[in-house]
Parts: sequence; C-alpha cells; structure tokens
Amino acid sequence: MNVRKHNRIRRIIQIASAAVLNGYAAGFAGGRIFTGAGKAFCVPVLNCYACPGALGSCPIGSMQTVLGGSRHRFSFYVLGLLMVFGIALGRLWCGFVCPFGLIQDLLGMIPARRIKIAPKVDKPLRYLKYAVLLILVVLLPLLAKNQYGIADAWFCKYICPAGTLEGGIPLMLADRQLRSLAGALFSWKMLILIVVLIGAVLIPRFFCRYLCPLGALYGLFNRYSFYQLNLDQSCCTGCNTCTQVCPMAVEIPKAGDKLVQISSTECIRCGRCKAACPAGAIRVKGLRNEALYRN
Amino acid sequence: MSAAQVKWIRAALLCVGVVFIVIGLATGEAGIVLDKAIHICLECIGIG
Repeated sequence: MNVRKHNRIRRIIQIASAAVLNGYAAGFAGGRIFTGAGKAFCVPVLNCYACPGALGSCPIGSMQTVLGGSRHRFSFYVLGLLMVFGIALGRLWCGFVCPFGLIQDLLGMIPARRIKIAPKVDKPLRYLKYAVLLILVVLLPLLAKNQYGIADAWFCKYICPAGTLEGGIPLMLADRQLRSLAGALFSWKMLILIVVLIGAVLIPRFFCRYLCPLGALYGLFNRYSFYQLNLDQSCCTGCNTCTQVCPMAVEIPKAGDKLVQISSTECIRCGRCKAACPAGAIRVKGLRNEALYRN
Repeated sequence: MSAAQVKWIRAALLCVGVVFIVIGLATGEAGIVLDKAIHICLECIGIG
C-alpha cells in the first residue's frame, strides 16, 4: 500500500473514531454534556468528558478523580481498563483513534518549516511525559489533598489542552454564564493550548512526544501488546525511508539478517513506515515468531 | 527476552488488568467516574 492511500485510510478511521467518541450532537447544539450511563466507561484515548459530544469518560481525568477523592487510594478500575487497552493494541490508540492526535496530524499538514530537534535535547524531553504522568496524574492527586480529603485534578486543571479545546471552548461559546466565570486559569489553559497547537505545526505530534501521560502509559505496553510491527532485516535495504517518514522520529533498526520487533515506547503504530517501505520489510505480526527475540 | 517470556508477561498483564477492573467495579469506582463525568468538569475547561 502506498503512503497516500495509507494516510487516507488512517485519516478516515481517525475522523470516524472522533465522531463516534463525541457523538452526542445535541450537546454541541445546546451547550450541555451527555449524562448517560455510558460515561461510567473510560474510552481508550484522551477525550475530555467535558466535551459536549463525549459519550464516555477520559481515563486520565477519571484516574485523577478516583485518586484525588476520599474513598480510594488506588484506581483499580481505570488502571485495569488502561492495562487491557494497552495489552490489546499498545499505542495504536494514539495513531488511529485519539481525537487530539487527529488534530495534531491535521495541524502537521499546514505547510511550515518543521523544526528538527537535536537528539540530545529531544531524548530527555521525551521523559517529560512520564513526569507528567507520575507527578500530575498520580502523586499530586494522591497526596495534595485539602481539609475534606479531596485533591485537584492537576493535569486537567493546569495542563490538558484537549480539555480546553474539546470542552472549554465549545461550552464557553454556548454558555454566557460560563464565559463570565473565565479568569486567569482559563487564560493559562488557553496559553498552553496555543503553545501545543503551534508546537504541533512545527513538530509532528508535539503533545504526544513530550507531554501526553496516556501515551506514556501505553508506550510501556508496546513490547507486550497483541498488535506488533516487525522489521524483517533480511529484506531491509537500509534506505532509512522508515525513519524519515516517522512522525515520532523513532529510530528503526537497520539492515542485518534478523527479524526484529519495533517495540519503541514512542511508536504510535501509525503504520507510515510500513506503507513507505519500498522493500516491504515492515509487517504487522503477532508475537509468534521465535526469531524475533534472538537479537 | 524470549517469545515465551513475552507471552507470559502479556498474559499476566492482561489477567491483572481484568482483575483490577473487577475489583474497581466491586468497590464502586465506576460510580465515581460516572458522577464526575456527568457534571461539567470545571477544572477541565479552565474555570474550577
């Protein structure tokens, strides 16, 4: 499959996923949110439950809510769901389903001079998302509680650009009363959103690379997920096309004679490398082949 | 890491995930998630 055809199919899946996850059209029209029982279920991607169209809950927001409440010290339900999602597909959720990923991909299509971050800067910056996950999503909601035993959802409150874009802006546009409440915090969140959106124009998947706590968590499952991308090094010509087209700038192992698993925690399984490889050396496979693990 | 090891880890993680979901449902976590999600999350939208 050529890259254009692959991108078109992926875009259709991304748009369809965003539409299904945010299918409550009446919410957009009336400036209200969905209140059905489906919101007890966490969707596998970063999709704000304050979005007027959202039919399910954001797992990152839900985790902070449970940890930041007075009843639980561990979020079995949300973590369990994320483990099952992660084991099933790894970061394929980021590449094919996440609406905020779609927005970044669309912004990445704007003609602009892309910034290539030097590896010595890029590599440490990528650990930032793990710090966001550990500190803002887990530790602060768990430890920084008020006198009633309740903590803020730190990531949602101070960082999450998806919440501002999918929830804040549509609700504010529809509700004058909410608009009147917007203050310094909203301005801060708008600033973060603008930085992230500009970042996505200049650096592909800027938010996914450096900040997304959900991507950080799913990345840990890439090696063990049912869905795998493998490189047959005996077919690989070492042309480097795979690395050049990768939006996450993943270093893919080069020519040799082995079959290797592409298990980088950064790989969002978008499949562009597979579509672009002129030798057809990258394939989707399960974990059956013993040869994969001999290197 | 051998293929067998990866398979075992994968199976173990999947089982732990399912067990966590069951424990979470039994302890009412889904209700907390629902309660949060059906009210406009003010901190998410930059107000609260």
